[in-house]
Amino acid sequence: MAQKTRVIELDQVVIKFAGDSGDGMQLTGTQFSETSAILGNDVSTFPDYPSEIRAPQGTIAGVSGFTVHIGHKEIFTSGDLADVLVAMNPAALKVNLKWIKRGSTIIVDFDNFTQRNYEKAGFKSDPFSDNSLVGYNVIKAPITSLTQKALEGMGLDNKTVIRSKNMFALGMLYWLFNKETNPSENYFKKKFKNKSILIDANTKVLKAGYNFAWNLQELNVSYKVLPVKTMPKGKYRNITGNVATAWGLIAAAEKCGLPLFLGSYPITPASEILHELSARQEFGVKAFQAEDEIAGICSAIGASFAGSLAVTTTSGPGLSLKSEAIGLAVMTELPLVIVNVQRGGPSTGLPTKTEQSDLMQALYGRNGEAPCIVMAASSSSDCFYYAFMAAKMSLEHMTPVILLTDGYLANGSEPLKIPKMSELPEIKTWLVSTDAKEYKPYLRDEDTLARNWAVPGMANLRHRVGGLEKQDIIGSVSHDPQNHQRMTDLRQEKVLRAIKDVPDVEVHGCQEGELLVVGWGGTYGALLTAINELCEEGKSIGLAHFNYIYPLPANVENVFSKFKKIIVCELNMGQFANFLRMQHQKFDYFQYNKVQGLPFMVFELKEKFIQMLKK
Amino acid sequence: MENIQNTDMPVLTKQDFVPDGEVKWCPGCGDYVVLSAVHGILPEIGKKKEDIVFVSGIGCSSRFPYYVHTYGFHGIHGRASAIASGVKIANPDLSVWQITGDGDCMAIGGNHFIHTVRRNIDMNIVILNNKIYGLTKGQASPTTPLGSQTKSSPEGTIEQPFRPGLLTVGARGHFFARVLDTNPKMIREALIAAENHKGTSVVEVLQNCVIFNNQVHAIVTNKETRDEHQIHLTHGEPMLFGANKEKGIYLNRKKMKLEQVVVGENGITINDIMVHDEKDLDYTVQLMIMRMHPPEMPLALGVIRNVDKASYNELLHNQMLNARKNSKYKSFEDMLFSGDVYNL
Repeated sequence: MAQKTRVIELDQVVIKFAGDSGDGMQLTGTQFSETSAILGNDVSTFPDYPSEIRAPQGTIAGVSGFTVHIGHKEIFTSGDLADVLVAMNPAALKVNLKWIKRGSTIIVDFDNFTQRNYEKAGFKSDPFSDNSLVGYNVIKAPITSLTQKALEGMGLDNKTVIRSKNMFALGMLYWLFNKETNPSENYFKKKFKNKSILIDANTKVLKAGYNFAWNLQELNVSYKVLPVKTMPKGKYRNITGNVATAWGLIAAAEKCGLPLFLGSYPITPASEILHELSARQEFGVKAFQAEDEIAGICSAIGASFAGSLAVTTTSGPGLSLKSEAIGLAVMTELPLVIVNVQRGGPSTGLPTKTEQSDLMQALYGRNGEAPCIVMAASSSSDCFYYAFMAAKMSLEHMTPVILLTDGYLANGSEPLKIPKMSELPEIKTWLVSTDAKEYKPYLRDEDTLARNWAVPGMANLRHRVGGLEKQDIIGSVSHDPQNHQRMTDLRQEKVLRAIKDVPDVEVHGCQEGELLVVGWGGTYGALLTAINELCEEGKSIGLAHFNYIYPLPANVENVFSKFKKIIVCELNMGQFANFLRMQHQKFDYFQYNKVQGLPFMVFELKEKFIQMLKK
Repeated sequence: MENIQNTDMPVLTKQDFVPDGEVKWCPGCGDYVVLSAVHGILPEIGKKKEDIVFVSGIGCSSRFPYYVHTYGFHGIHGRASAIASGVKIANPDLSVWQITGDGDCMAIGGNHFIHTVRRNIDMNIVILNNKIYGLTKGQASPTTPLGSQTKSSPEGTIEQPFRPGLLTVGARGHFFARVLDTNPKMIREALIAAENHKGTSVVEVLQNCVIFNNQVHAIVTNKETRDEHQIHLTHGEPMLFGANKEKGIYLNRKKMKLEQVVVGENGITINDIMVHDEKDLDYTVQLMIMRMHPPEMPLALGVIRNVDKASYNELLHNQMLNARKNSKYKSFEDMLFSGDVYNL
């Protein structure tokens, strides 16, 4: 097969796996990204699935997709448009045609491209014969029938056979990108530990796909994305944002020496944090699945009162339900981490899609003057760090902290450089000494204004806290007007003083010049990629991306004043821009907003920035 | 039930649990009687002062934690069960008490109440049931009798009231006692039994609101009729009542109904009187007892259901021990560096 030895090296490639929601595309994509990561690529993934578990087969509504971006250079997004599309049926092809590059390779399971399925997908005519795929490299692979053939005689029922066809597609992609099949074979061994027939079957299908691609005339070149060289040396693992969040919280609990308590209620896309922490009893984690969102946070407040590192996790609608209880945590000045994995809203909105539209709710969505520290993670892997830091800020300032992530970070994955516990910062608590003889609940540290913390079980320190306004220092119920003013001032000032622990916002790209791009949270990868590319083209553009939102870093004014124009980019209608207008009024803010349940595309950002630079 | 008395325990008195500061309930409020009973039993439950936590929601009765010198948490409306659950799960060594009212517990907190009972979290829920919203000045509550005229039901309520005991059993509860604010001794015994029971213990106190629902329990508490309208239950004893204990509860097997009978009349002997069994896992008869109501039948008071069942906290403790024992990892850090880890 001499003609098939041509290998083209690529810096990066974007592959999209798409099929019916029962076709196993999430698993196929995950396997491809895990293998690529293990073999040394930088990777970033983005699952995109419908909120129905099984929408009608073959329809547009039922298409589930998984995008994998792998790189020889460092990559920061899951990629705009795909270079390769695997489409298991006509609906998957129809939905994704607009998400792939002109000239890209399209691999279809041709067995499913029947008249009936064309109709279900809404194709008016056969796309292979009506010129709509001209210019694409289309591979019609009979994936289903070849899978059946590969497993003939193994005695498996047809349902099980069909279910493994995704591994045929995976095998084809492994050949196309010169990947080893070993990591997936090891995965089968682990996954089907007690069912050796399934190990054999999946391995067989995987290899059949690999060999099929190798023998296929139409695939006359293969590609190679070499291992990434520019990332810091060290041990890595591929991780999703939700698992990273869970692990960051465990790390914080271990670091501060308090047991971790989670009170949570299942909600998309935050449930995986609950799942992961529920599976970590071995490290002393108590995960309590409450009867509702309110009980989730209230149980966490109870656990915090009793001396745990307490956390509640949710998504937008759940944050709304928790509002009153967040106020209780503000009033009782107890440490509490509230993780909000943002999704499309309002109301039930778009449960499986990403958005950044809960910012104002996090900042202000409570009755009374109820300030909290608000932070945001900016990549799947840094969810680990910011979950850790949210716990640290909460404990060290004795106040609830809201950590915002989003569906894109939560479900997406990328390599995490695994930290040693000793490399993580220390976490201090305000727990009073167990031999203290007297206790005043609202006695504060002069520097941070954090109150001292006594918990049940400590002798001589019995006291009562609650949602009614309390007398400064001694903590008895008080309706005194001057005291209410003073306590309100103190709670506000305490949160503002956390600025001492907020690092300066860094500027990427140009440090001064024409256009400053401002972003926060999960849009970091797309914004960074866009401004990096424009900087390489010689444009005068920089990026200030925020992880600490309230309080804002101290150097904001200094950074903002170095650019002629500022554009705030976010996946909402301008919530951060409006917040900045309140906090830093002397600047003018342009906005770039998108509310489609989708992350930013690099190309659309670049277009906007170029247009801004021309103005 | 006997108390578990730890020999290293310092001797405590009622005064150890009475805080400084005044109690701000209306004069004559039934809550005072409960408060005094609580102060009285806390020295006897075998717990250190610092190992007791009172949690409440919102309402008159929910001010309770301010009036007991233990650790206390005055929460938000309806959420006391959830807060208390968090306290107990976080630190199972604590004795956790939720003090709540019929509005706080049965209306806004109804969901938390049934789920706490269902889980069998090891805590005591004391419901001060005055069948009215007191702190908001007199609206109908979920336990207000059908037809009652209140500020929010000037023409009379048109809703069926909850009966806390039935709700407890419906939520698969294993402990329920009903007591009166006019009988401190009975409150005391029920509270001690509740604390000794492992799992969620629900104690309903029929409590009088002198301002907004005065005499709501009069049919049970009136001097003239109380002997006829109350029956005090004791586990293992025949269910007798009346001024001279001449009456009893009889199970009519044909109708599968409880009836009140007079011992010595119509051929009824003491052997025909039902014997109270609070330990029966099958709640059928206990439910029938809970449903008795004057004037047809006397109201059952005392511990009606008290069945042993592993608590959430005990089961969680066992799971956690096993998880640690069976863990593949030496530590959390060990897990971080295990599995699909690669070098770059």
